[in-house]
This record gives sequence, C-alpha cells and structure tokens, in this order.
Amino acid sequence: MKNCEYQQIDARALGTPASSFQPCTEMKVPRLRRKWEVFPGKNRFYCDGRIILARQSGILPLTLGLIVVTSVLFFAFDCPFLVTHLTVCIPVIGGVLFLFVVISLLQTSLTDPGILPRALPDEAADIEKQIYTSGSSMYRPPPRTKEILINQQVVKLKYCFTCKMFRPPRTSHCSLCDNCVERFDHHCPWVGNCVGKRNYRFFYSFIVSLSFHTSFIFGCVVTHLTLRTYEVILLHQKESPARYPFHIICFFSIWSVLGLSGFHTYLVASNLTTNEDIKGSWSSKRGAEDSGNPYTYNSIFINCCATLCGPMPPSLIDRRGFLPPDDIPPVAAADLELSSFLAKNDTNMVGMPSSGHTS
Amino acid sequence: MATEFHNLQELRHSASLANKVFIQRDYSEGTTCRFQTKFPSELDSRIERTLFEDTVKTLNNYYAEAEKIGGQSYLEGCLACTTAYIIFLCMETRYEKVLKKIGRYIQEQNEKIYAPRGLLITDPIERGMRVIEISIYEDRASSGSSSGSSSTSGTSAR
Repeated sequence: MKNCEYQQIDARALGTPASSFQPCTEMKVPRLRRKWEVFPGKNRFYCDGRIILARQSGILPLTLGLIVVTSVLFFAFDCPFLVTHLTVCIPVIGGVLFLFVVISLLQTSLTDPGILPRALPDEAADIEKQIYTSGSSMYRPPPRTKEILINQQVVKLKYCFTCKMFRPPRTSHCSLCDNCVERFDHHCPWVGNCVGKRNYRFFYSFIVSLSFHTSFIFGCVVTHLTLRTYEVILLHQKESPARYPFHIICFFSIWSVLGLSGFHTYLVASNLTTNEDIKGSWSSKRGAEDSGNPYTYNSIFINCCATLCGPMPPSLIDRRGFLPPDDIPPVAAADLELSSFLAKNDTNMVGMPSSGHTS
Repeated sequence: MATEFHNLQELRHSASLANKVFIQRDYSEGTTCRFQTKFPSELDSRIERTLFEDTVKTLNNYYAEAEKIGGQSYLEGCLACTTAYIIFLCMETRYEKVLKKIGRYIQEQNEKIYAPRGLLITDPIERGMRVIEISIYEDRASSGSSSGSSSTSGTSAR
C-alpha cells in the first residue's frame, strides 16, 4: 500500500516536469545555464561567473581613486626630487607597495567571501521536520535556535529564514548582500564586499600594506618638504606651489588605516571576528569561567597562522557549474511533493494546526 | 526484502526516489568540517551500520587532512602572501586536491556499496558542505516490495 503511495507521488512529480517541460527542452538544449545566472543573493557576476561583487559597490571606486591619485601624485612630484637627492630605491619601494595594495584590494572585492548556498527544498523540509518534532508544543511556534557544544562551551545556532537552514557557528547573514557568509567579519563599504572566511586574509593584507604605503608616502613627502625648505632658506630658491591638501588627506588617512590595522591585528591574534567583538559574544562575564572564545588556540602565534596562513577553503557556491537541464522543474516538483506530503501528514495527525510552515 | 540494483546506472534509470536522509555537521570540535557518525534510523533496513560509519569516518578524515594546519599549509600560505595571493589563480590548493580525492572516494563507495543497496550519496560540496545527502531509492518496476517503511511513517501518527 505504501508502495502505491510512493508510486502516486512519483507519477505526479515526474508527470509535472514532463508536461510543463516540453516547450522548455527545445530552448534549454542549445545552451546550458550556469549556476551564477540563477544565484538568489544580491550579487553581480562578471566574466561568466569568475568575478563576484556585491550589488552595491559602495565606495570602492572612491577607495581605488584615492589610492591611485595619491600614488600618482607621489610618483609625479616627489619621486624626481627624492631620486636626485636621496636614492633610486624610493620609487621602487613605492611601486611595489602600490601594486600590493591594489592587488589585495581587488582580491578582497572580487572574491567570494565564503557565501553559503541556500538550502534546497528537500533539506529545508527535513530541517523543518526535525524542528517540529523535537518536542515543542503544537500551539506555540517552534523554537528557531539550536544549542550545541563546541569545545565544551554552549553556542547557540540561529535559524536563517532566508536561507532556510541553521547557520553554522560564526556564520552571519549579510542583509546588504542577502547571503549567509561563513566566519562573517563585516560588510566593508570601502571594499564593496563582505569580509568573511575566504577573503579575510586578502582584506588583512590590504589594510596592512595600505598602512605601510601611506606611511611611506607621508614619510617621503615630509622629507621632500624638509629638504625643499632647507634649500629655499639656504639657497634662496623659489618655493614650489603648495600641495598641502593631498598631504592632509594622507595624514588623516594614515591614522584611520593604522588604527584599523591595529584593531584587526588584535582580532587575528585572538581569533575573533569584528562581528563577535562588537556583539561581545565571548567577553568574559564576572565569575563565569566557562565563557571565552571556543575557537581560539590559546596561542597568539597559532591564532595568527590559522587565520592568515591556514588552508584556503573552496568557494561553495560553484558559480561556473552548469545547471542540469532537469534541475529547474524539480524545485517546483519538490514543492508539489512537499505540499502533498505535508497535506497527508496534516490529515493523519489529530489536532495539528494547518500547515503554516511549508517552504 | 530490499530491492536489488546491480549498478549505479540501473539505479538511476529503473528506480524512483523515495526519501532523502541528511547527515548533519558535527561542531563539537569547532568549525572544522566533520559529520555526525550517528546512524540514521531510516537506513536501518538498508545498510549495515559499520559500513555507513566507515564511510563517514573516512570522509571526516579526508576533510581533517584538507583543513590541517601544519607545515605544508603554512608554506602555502606564506608563499601566497608574498606573491600577493596571485598564486591562487595559477595553482591548485591542497584543499582542492583533497576535494577531488573525496569526489573519487564517494563515487567508488556509491558504485561498490551504496548503489547495490538502492542508496546514493551526494558529495557534501554540492550541498555547501552542510550535509551528506543520502538518497533512498525504490524500484519502480517491482510490486509488493515493502521496504518503504522508512520516511513518512516516522511522522504520521499511528
């Protein structure tokens, strides 16, 4: 008898795609679509899925513009003077730092930060089933948190209503990108992307190299001005027109970038994310010896190595994979299966509220 | 009792999907990739517990190897840092190599152990490394086979 039921479901599930699918097959056969084309988050893709960006690029053009303009001005005005008066290494070092900064910035912006793909209907239904049958009363909405033990410490996992899954530890849902991101640090508008597990090392190398770069430029500019003033006073030369506005930008940006680098160095050394630090997730409460960061290795060196030199995890969203031609209808067929399956349960169970939890 | 499938191809063509079981992640040791080895009740009549546990333990070992923080990963990380991470565009990382090994292992397990029992394991990477999805198949052609006792009976009131 159960076999007949399964047969029924299968016939319907297979029948629907077959009938609604007919006109599509002719269209789908010449060109298979890639997965990035149906990606549900708010992201933009370029180069056929190789490059990923957040939908709002934030002030990434401004960041790039400031870095490029400041560096070009440095190379154009300060380097000729310093090369003749000091050493030819100055533009070389400046050039290397500039390249490092721009490459790190582009990698931070254009890399998948560790986006978790959303749960497919079958998986979402299985999770719903587990939540619902885990002993909660029928008249209250089921709890949407799960408590687990990590290294003998209790951690609460929250259920993500958009992605339809329990978020793994350290994962957070970015509302700007509409994605769950693993080891979510923050969404950086300067970089125009989330900073997460996969691009944190790029972000860190970007801010550290930017600190060195701005400090280097500022140092060279101050040296240039000092030497020039010296020459003006001693040799009564004409003073060159002031370029103080750019030096002021440099001066102020140094402190903010240096401060940010220092903050992130602290985070790396204690294996924390900005998100956890801001929320105070692991700040030690008075008298409670249990709370503390469960992810730390209790050694600054190992924490740094694990975060920055650890293995590079792969992208989970498989942007360039091909959608199998029969993948799109099963989302609809699975819904049909799911609604018929839940409807059957509703009629079988006594006193069960009408299904308000279908996917 | 259980329907017999001789190979993976036969499974795909002659069987219909009855149910799916999801093996969740085990976070007791942190955020490294590990799956729970608890034997799901739906597979009770389909496969021996030891075979299932062996598969999951081997997969866990592979993932631990991929995420191991040691000499080789430091070398890879430092080399990448000095080249401004451009090397990631040219070179296949150790993680990717291990993922390929995992793919081959799962394929081999499906062919030798799971397909003959009407089961199919989906590579976790296709599900965002969140679950191991095991699909349970019924033979469409056979009539009167009663191994559909898994799945829906668990939730419907008796």
